Amino acid sequence: MKLNVLYFAWVRERIGIASESVETQAGSINELIDELCAREERYAAAFSDRSVLRAAIDQTLVPFEATLTDATEVAFFPPMTGG
Amino acid sequence: MSVHVQTDDFDLGAEVSKLSSDPSVGAVVSFTGIVRDAAQSGLISMELECYPGMVEQALNDIEIKARNRWDLKASVIIHRIGNLKLGEQIMMVATASPHRQDAFEAAEFLMDYLKSEAPFWKKEHFQDHAKWVDARETDLQSLKRWQD
Repeated sequence: MKLNVLYFAWVRERIGIASESVETQAGSINELIDELCAREERYAAAFSDRSVLRAAIDQTLVPFEATLTDATEVAFFPPMTGG
Repeated sequence: MSVHVQTDDFDLGAEVSKLSSDPSVGAVVSFTGIVRDAAQSGLISMELECYPGMVEQALNDIEIKARNRWDLKASVIIHRIGNLKLGEQIMMVATASPHRQDAFEAAEFLMDYLKSEAPFWKKEHFQDHAKWVDARETDLQSLKRWQD
C-alpha cells in the first residue's frame, strides 16, 4: 500500500520534511509509526511520545488504533493551537 | 455561513455589517484573536501554519454543529495563516441570531471547537529564538462543557 504521509509543525521540523510517499504493509496508525521509527533516528525522536501527537487519515482525526484500510493520506501533528 | 483561511488581513467591522443585513437578525456577537506578548518576553511575531484541505473541512463541520444547535441566521469564521506581527489580527468568528443568547453561546462554541479541532499551529518568534505554542488544558476543559 502506498500512502502520502504529511507532517506539520514541530513534527515536520524534527523529521525534516513536510511530506513523503511511504510504501507500507502497516495495518494501523500505530504500526505505521513503528515502521517509521525503525527507519531512522529522526523519526524515533519525533514519535518518542505518542501522547503529545495527533493523527488524521484522509483529513479526519483518528485514534492511533485506527486501521489504514483504504487510506491514501495520513498526517501527523501536535495538538492544535489555532484561534 | 462562511469559512475563510487566508494570509490577508480582514475588516472586522465590514464582516459584522454583512451579518446584520438580514432583517430578522437582532444580535451579532464577534470575537477577534490578536497576536499578543502575554509574558512580556519580547515576542516579535507569530507564525500560523495549517493543514490545507482538512482545515476548511473542520471549520465547515464546526459551523454546521453550531447551526444545528442554535438559532443562527448567519456566521463567519476567518483565520489567517503566515507570519503575523505583534498586534495583528489572527482570526475572527461572528454569529448572527434573532436573540443575544444564541449569538453569544454559538460564538463561544465556535471558538472552543476551533481551538481543539481545527488544524492550525502557532509558533512564537522572539529576537533570538522561536517556540511552538503548547495546547492548553483549559481549552480542552472549555470544550467539554458543550458535550454534556
